[in-house]
Amino acid sequence: MSETSVLRVEHLTKTYRSGERTLTVLRDVSLSVREGSRCAIVGPSGSGKTTLLGLCAGLDRPTSGSVALNGVALNDLNEDELAQIRNQYVGFVFQTFQLIPTLTALENVMVPIELRGESGVRRQAIELLNQVGLGERLDHYPAQLSGGEQQRVSLARAFINQPKILFADEPTGNLDGETAEKISDLLFELNEAAGTTLVLVTHNLELAQRTQRIISLKAGSIGSDENLVRGTECLLP
Amino acid sequence: MTLYFLDTWIWKMAWRESRSSRGRLFLFISSITLGVAALVAIQSFGESLEREVNQQSKSLLGADLVISGRGPFSPETESLFQTWGGEQAREIRFSSMVYFPEGEGTRLVQIRALAGDFPYYGVLETSPPEAAESFRHGPYALVDERMMLQFRVRVGDSVKIGDFTFTIAGGLQKIPGETMTETLITPRVYIPLSYLDQTGLVQLGGRVGYRNYFKLDPGADVEELLEREEPGLREHRLRSTTVKEQKARLGRSMENVSRFLSLVGFIALLLGGIGVASAIHIHIKQKLGTVATLRCLGAHASQAFSIYLIQAAVMGLVGATVGALLGVAVRAILPQVMQDFLPVTLPFEVSWVAVSQGIGMGLAIGLLFALLPLLPLRKISPLLALRFSYEEKETLPKEPLQWLVYGVIVMVIGLFAIAQTPRWIHGVAFTGGVVLVFLLLAAVAKLITLLVKRYFPVSWNYEWRQGLANLYRPNNQTIVVMISLGLGTFFITTLYLVQSTLLQEVSLAGSGDKPNLVLFDIQSDQREEITQLVRSLDLTVQQAVPIVTMRLASVKGQPVEEIAEDPASSVRRFLLFREYRATYRESLIDSEELISGTLQPRVEDPSDPVLVSLEEGMARDLNVSLGDSLVFDLQGVPIETQLGSTRKVDWRRFQTNFFLVFPAGVLEEAPQFHVLMTQVHGPEASAELQRRVLQRFPNVSTIDLALVLDTLDTVLGQVAFVIRSMALFSILTGIIVLVGAVVSSRYQRTRESVLLRTLGASRNQITKILAIEYFFLGIFAAVTGVALAVASSWALAFFVFEADFVVTVGPLLLILVVVVGLTLLVGIINSRGLSDRSPLEVLRAEG
Repeated sequence: MSETSVLRVEHLTKTYRSGERTLTVLRDVSLSVREGSRCAIVGPSGSGKTTLLGLCAGLDRPTSGSVALNGVALNDLNEDELAQIRNQYVGFVFQTFQLIPTLTALENVMVPIELRGESGVRRQAIELLNQVGLGERLDHYPAQLSGGEQQRVSLARAFINQPKILFADEPTGNLDGETAEKISDLLFELNEAAGTTLVLVTHNLELAQRTQRIISLKAGSIGSDENLVRGTECLLP
Repeated sequence: MTLYFLDTWIWKMAWRESRSSRGRLFLFISSITLGVAALVAIQSFGESLEREVNQQSKSLLGADLVISGRGPFSPETESLFQTWGGEQAREIRFSSMVYFPEGEGTRLVQIRALAGDFPYYGVLETSPPEAAESFRHGPYALVDERMMLQFRVRVGDSVKIGDFTFTIAGGLQKIPGETMTETLITPRVYIPLSYLDQTGLVQLGGRVGYRNYFKLDPGADVEELLEREEPGLREHRLRSTTVKEQKARLGRSMENVSRFLSLVGFIALLLGGIGVASAIHIHIKQKLGTVATLRCLGAHASQAFSIYLIQAAVMGLVGATVGALLGVAVRAILPQVMQDFLPVTLPFEVSWVAVSQGIGMGLAIGLLFALLPLLPLRKISPLLALRFSYEEKETLPKEPLQWLVYGVIVMVIGLFAIAQTPRWIHGVAFTGGVVLVFLLLAAVAKLITLLVKRYFPVSWNYEWRQGLANLYRPNNQTIVVMISLGLGTFFITTLYLVQSTLLQEVSLAGSGDKPNLVLFDIQSDQREEITQLVRSLDLTVQQAVPIVTMRLASVKGQPVEEIAEDPASSVRRFLLFREYRATYRESLIDSEELISGTLQPRVEDPSDPVLVSLEEGMARDLNVSLGDSLVFDLQGVPIETQLGSTRKVDWRRFQTNFFLVFPAGVLEEAPQFHVLMTQVHGPEASAELQRRVLQRFPNVSTIDLALVLDTLDTVLGQVAFVIRSMALFSILTGIIVLVGAVVSSRYQRTRESVLLRTLGASRNQITKILAIEYFFLGIFAAVTGVALAVASSWALAFFVFEADFVVTVGPLLLILVVVVGLTLLVGIINSRGLSDRSPLEVLRAEG
């Protein structure tokens, strides 16, 4: 494995079984993502983007093949060990924000660190919320925030644990054009400042083109893998 | 599985996470509150009762020792008593008719002729209080106060007992060690012993009890005394009762009552458990997204699980504590509800043992039922966060550990029931019954949803279709509502049906041309005259039966005293020394059936063997078979017999039935009394006959079937009242669970109603759809509950009471209407405002 690759996927296949029928969502996918790089996974609905993201982030288990995150083979880990890996190395941004409705903005941001049993994270969380422009809305509940504001909280939460890799699933999919643009600016700014690896799943080609590499999925397989920058940080396997 | 109870973040999250759902969790609290209240009230009541019975034990007997016998004490016994020292009081008690000249009524009572200062401990409670003392010094009587009210007589009026008329000195309210229910059957009348002869009632052959009450010298040891005198007492066929025995007897029966009521209360708690499971289920389903997100962010499965387990535990603890406080309050009023059954007066006190047990049990049941929907949380995939939509279509994953929890729940029910019932098999039967009823209700609910879906009435109009379809659509509450409402209905209906079956059984016994009035204690020389008196009133004598009292002397050649001492013998002491009331006749009567042997009609020659017939159960208990010898002692004269036959007897018939039947030609000359049965039409005819009989034959007593029915009705009414009071907890819990279910489904219904309104439905239509849904829920639950109640009451009537089962449709319809009405009411009240909210407001909130 390359020393600089933070994510390495080899021959990944995911099959769902429903009664007698089997459905292969991902077929023999291999890829590698270098530390600090930004890449996008694109493809039409049902092409397996979200499934691939879930497998890369250790949210699901492959039918065959392997995933290594920051050098740790996920296949060998149990559920709790996977959770620990996510907590240490991974950040998430979801299309539907996935804020916890009963927690305030500030509390939502603090969750990943509090989960580790660490305290004194409040100042850091406030700082991040200030960075995303929500310094005045710390005690607001998700229902009291607009979609764009909720996604900013989500961004702050994603960066609080200083992840090695950030997975973003259609981060602007639920937002209007102007807000979407602001959120994607923020995402890339924060990412650049933190030097985090970014894996972005999106329909939005414009957004994808802001990354360094576009992996296109088609019916569960990699259709194309395009480097947008010469001397790319993204690696093919 | 690691639990994270020491992790402060988990506690913090549990608190934060409850913010938006505290209202709903409050319903979870309420579900178990009433069950815990019932348990705490009953257990603390039971404890107080036990303590009071212990503390007031001497006043429960009124003396240190009571010696009782069936005949006058012999001179030897009298001199024996004198050697015991201390003080003595004498009482002669027997059943007799009394006549109230002012109230113009007659009634069978128990007369107690008293001499001496009984009770030595405790008091005869009378109104006025001084009457308890003053009646002893003249021709006065103390008369059961309820009977005085019934016959509208007052202090100062008179009561005629036998040949003598007494002045009523006061109303009798409470006798040491006797409950009001006991005195209901034969009300007590106390008179001074010195006036007994003047009544002319105590004659040979009547059933008279003699008692001597002893207040022993301080320091005297009752047990030691009895041990010393036991052989002498037994020889004279005298029975002793000590404070210790009386305490054990009362304690046992009271313990049975409070244990039974504990079980009734426990059902309320179990029903509350269903409410908990339902409330937590809905709560958890709305938290799936949160759990998945937490898992994405790195929370372990057990961490997420622990958050909600802590919520359930804390809520359970609060609910159980509130319940325990409520239970303490209920405990304060329980003695009033049960006063007719209590032998002692209960002061109010809090039993911390009962409180802590109640809280523990509430918490355990709450947690166990909460675990059922909580356990699947451990299986929530973080992937759900990527796929999650707000449609809440997700169902909880299957979790095999749930079966373990079901097992533990059944085990807890079983252990509790076994601890509360005197025989373990009863506990197992209770558990089986509860589980069966729960399963049946759940199965019927499932079946209904399937049938509604399968045979959906597509031709109905929109509102009816929509309302009916709500029964099987996702997130429906059909099973929970069916169980909670169905169980409540089942309870009330079963109680009602059993009560009315028992009453009906007795009234049927006297219907048609069957006898409904019994005259007894008729002396041989009165028999002819009484028969003529009955006939003179155009009544027919339907049965005239002689009764001879005797005792067993030996069985199979072995004296009863020896059998009693024989450790290898399994025959109960009571059967060996009891008084046998035998009759003699030539044939069987219609309530009897010959099981074995042949019935000897008549002994023609005095040298012939006398073949007696025993009731089959009695023969089994005495361990005798055909041909075995039985010697009876008839006032000192031995009568040698052999067992010639056994009979099966239908005891339920309102007529004279006998364990022991002699052939004719043996007992005709023995001292005997007679029972005569007739049929009277209406209360006036009955009163007229009773009055005439009493005037001419004051020693003859009468029992009217109407009186028996009346008494039974009152006793059953009192019992039913107490059980209903406890069942009320279950019914209220059922309503809370119903409210919980309705509130839970309200979240779904709100969204649905808004969409319908957006599409153009009127408020009226939306209310109608909801009303139709609750109407169906109510009617299905009520019909199932009533049907199960009919089935179980039939089983009780058939197998336990061996009575003919009767169902009156009217009251059952009333129950149906009330349950359906209640469901509709709760449903509509809870859904109020649902159609008032603006569609935009709701759609925005739904995000």
